Amino acid sequence: MSTVSWITARGLLGRRRFLLLFPLPVLLVLLAVLSRALGVDPSDWGPSVLVGLGLAVVLPVIALIVGTGVLGAEIDDGTVVHILTKPLPRWQIVLPKLAVAAGVTAVTVAVPLYVAGVLASSVRVGLALAAAASIGAVAYCAFFLALSLVTRRPVLLGLVYVLIWEGLLGNFVSGTKVLSIQQYVIALADRFAPTELLATDVSVPVAAVMSTLIAVGFTALAVDRLRSFSVAGETS
Amino acid sequence: MSVTSVEPRSTPAPTGSRLELAGVSRWYGNVVAVNDVSMSLGPGVTGLLGPNGAGKTTLLHMMAGFLAPSRGAVTLDGAPTWRNPEVYRRLGLVSEREAVHTFLTAYEFVLASARLHRLPEPAEAARRAIALVELEGAQSRRIGTYSKGMRQRARVAAALVHDPQVLLLDEPFNGMDPRQRLHMMDLLHRLGGAGRTILFSSHILEEVEQLSGTVQVMVAGRLAASGDFRTIRRLMTNRPHVFAVRSTDDRALAVALMAEPSVTGVELGQAGLTVRVSDYGAFTRALPKIAPARGIRVRQLVPEDESLESVFSYLVEA
Repeated sequence: MSTVSWITARGLLGRRRFLLLFPLPVLLVLLAVLSRALGVDPSDWGPSVLVGLGLAVVLPVIALIVGTGVLGAEIDDGTVVHILTKPLPRWQIVLPKLAVAAGVTAVTVAVPLYVAGVLASSVRVGLALAAAASIGAVAYCAFFLALSLVTRRPVLLGLVYVLIWEGLLGNFVSGTKVLSIQQYVIALADRFAPTELLATDVSVPVAAVMSTLIAVGFTALAVDRLRSFSVAGETS
Repeated sequence: MSVTSVEPRSTPAPTGSRLELAGVSRWYGNVVAVNDVSMSLGPGVTGLLGPNGAGKTTLLHMMAGFLAPSRGAVTLDGAPTWRNPEVYRRLGLVSEREAVHTFLTAYEFVLASARLHRLPEPAEAARRAIALVELEGAQSRRIGTYSKGMRQRARVAAALVHDPQVLLLDEPFNGMDPRQRLHMMDLLHRLGGAGRTILFSSHILEEVEQLSGTVQVMVAGRLAASGDFRTIRRLMTNRPHVFAVRSTDDRALAVALMAEPSVTGVELGQAGLTVRVSDYGAFTRALPKIAPARGIRVRQLVPEDESLESVFSYLVEA
């Protein structure tokens, strides 16, 4: 484990805001268990719990907390200077941080999604959801990590993207779905395990290419922004 | 405002790193934080002095590669510091902001720095740096439990772990008790004496006065003066100098001094004479002749306004 990822993981898991990660996944599993236990037909609760809660809320919100936290928290409290005053190429700082963020997000989201997928349909659907959510975690985290370097309000902007762009506009303006990580995750999960519980207009090739582009593009942006990282002066 | 430049007292050794600023300016919108500053920093301890808001931190951030100059260039041994992480092999920074990973112990914190520097023996380097700042006793405690001065020392240890040629410190004595302050001054002195280029900023004159004879004075974003601060003071000949003089016969000496063209005023007090002088050199040459000629022995001659404070207030008024 590199020193950067070690510090990042200690910082992320050592802070109290780490506890924010747990309520949503727990809620997801609870709803799935409850629906199953009450004998509700999966076609009734599957889409709303798996997609409506799991992929549309739990995944992006967890990725938002973690993705903006791995670097954003250090920028906020100034400790980032300790890592930046080292002769490291900036990609050696961004990549380990992205790996920690995507890893923590993937584990936190994939496990409850797997459980919910199994309860709603089958082990295969559970695995497909977990795998697609992990890919989504990388894309989301790359996006949110880059946001924490281009704006001082990364959480706010991230929420606007998740709630307004993906959540609201995605339902009314179908064209916005082409630029929606949530739709890519649905398309990929449906490709891994075709099921009527998951539905999207985005094709699998578009989803695969766009996920890759977003992950690579925003990582490159983050590396470049970190290279030009400025400490705010006393007059600014 | 004119820039007075004089040679530092000690000539820099041929080895060691040199930090150069050439016509550096930095502005934020319409606000000019640093205005056309040029300086060359070599081995030894240099104080960057100025009131709060003078642009010291902005200047230090540009030196450390954390801010792009709006105009001009900052180079370390010829290489730009902006967008160039390689400079950190030779440069250490202790920023003013008290930012530390509070969840780490000091040893873990310094060790992480050593590892990030890819030092061949990180554990050994971390122990050495912690010993340098005398933090061995507390090194296994979380930094979150430290006092402000201890945190500062932990940060200095982390900045020194790779034995940099250049060390930049922004207000390093803030929050330190007198003993820690003395120890830190001693440490910086030793590093400067060993050929390291040390620059520290301060708005407290005594710190600079005790630690370094070479100062760079910033006022309102400009470099107001640079060099040996006592020499700067002497060069400002249009300013009155004040001496406290005690002798065997103060009243007779006062009469004699009033005849001197270089003396502009004499005040007779209980503790002796306060002599106002327009020409520093002429007065200090004349006094040893005047007093013996009248059978008066001078017991004490102290320049009263040789502190940085007075140098500084003159520069601000100019």
